[in-house]
Amino acid sequence: MNIITIERKVLEKNDEIAQLNRSALKQHGVFSINLVSSPGSGKTSILEQTLGILRGRLRIGVIEGDVQTDFDAQRVARYQVPVIQIVTNGGCHLEARLVQDAMAQMDLHQLDLLVIENVGNLVCPANYDLGEALKVVVVSTTEGDDKPLKYPGMFRHASILIINKIDLLPYVNCNLEALKQNALNINPSLRVFETSCTTGAGILEWCHWLKEQSASS
Amino acid sequence: MHELSIAQSILDIVRESIPETCSAEVQSIKVRLGALSGVVPESLDFCFTAITGDTSLRQAKLNIERVETQLHCAKCGETSKIKGPFFLCPECGSHDIKLISGTELQVVEIEMAENGSETQ
Repeated sequence: MNIITIERKVLEKNDEIAQLNRSALKQHGVFSINLVSSPGSGKTSILEQTLGILRGRLRIGVIEGDVQTDFDAQRVARYQVPVIQIVTNGGCHLEARLVQDAMAQMDLHQLDLLVIENVGNLVCPANYDLGEALKVVVVSTTEGDDKPLKYPGMFRHASILIINKIDLLPYVNCNLEALKQNALNINPSLRVFETSCTTGAGILEWCHWLKEQSASS
Repeated sequence: MHELSIAQSILDIVRESIPETCSAEVQSIKVRLGALSGVVPESLDFCFTAITGDTSLRQAKLNIERVETQLHCAKCGETSKIKGPFFLCPECGSHDIKLISGTELQVVEIEMAENGSETQ
């Protein structure tokens, strides 16, 4: 038997392209977030609220990732910001090359912030670096307070946790403190925001933080 | 189900790593898979078999080496294996820990049959 020693990371190609994306964003002074969650947590709703508040104060571009349809891009386009829809046609996550292609269609000189909304999936997107500055994981109260324990990978990779739909807390079986603690036990450095897109609670605080980060990058 | 694209990436790496002049058959491919890699070994094996079925690599088997999650605690100095989702030292409960292993997702080596010829 002949052995060929390789010792290569399986995702090295993705990681190399992600680094190119990261360099391009940094070079243009664009702050970027990779918004991840399970389907239906409210990523697009949070993004709409964010665009409503920050549009005009920050130059924001959006890359939307979905398995099918451009519904989310249509929702975002109402805020008159540049948006590129990536349809993965069954793919369960975005990869760096798809984001690279989408970024090539945007004028990075004209942006302060790039929001990449990933495919709704708490498993696979954790593995794929897209070149973003940081990952923001959204979990909604209707999903239950044990979500971080069931999908620890994503919470370990994220820097920010947004707990959404807090207006529904009186009606659902979710202990907010337990949810937070479960997430912090996996990743103690998580910064936590609590939001409701229905009442607007917590959205200003989130937008304020996002604006500060964008301004300092 | 991202195991399919992981399997494709493994296949690409294997193809790139075999010299063009080598006609020997690939017997097995050793892949190192950490417990935190987010990849299901059985699913990866299934996907790899599916995408190599009609290729010259159809004989190749995936030899998956699983790696446990290990932490080193900066507070008590212990190195421990963990199974659950909590990233804290199982000895003293400290969060001041460093991940030693568990995130591996690597192609380690390829085992080739002797029957091939290598020409310059």
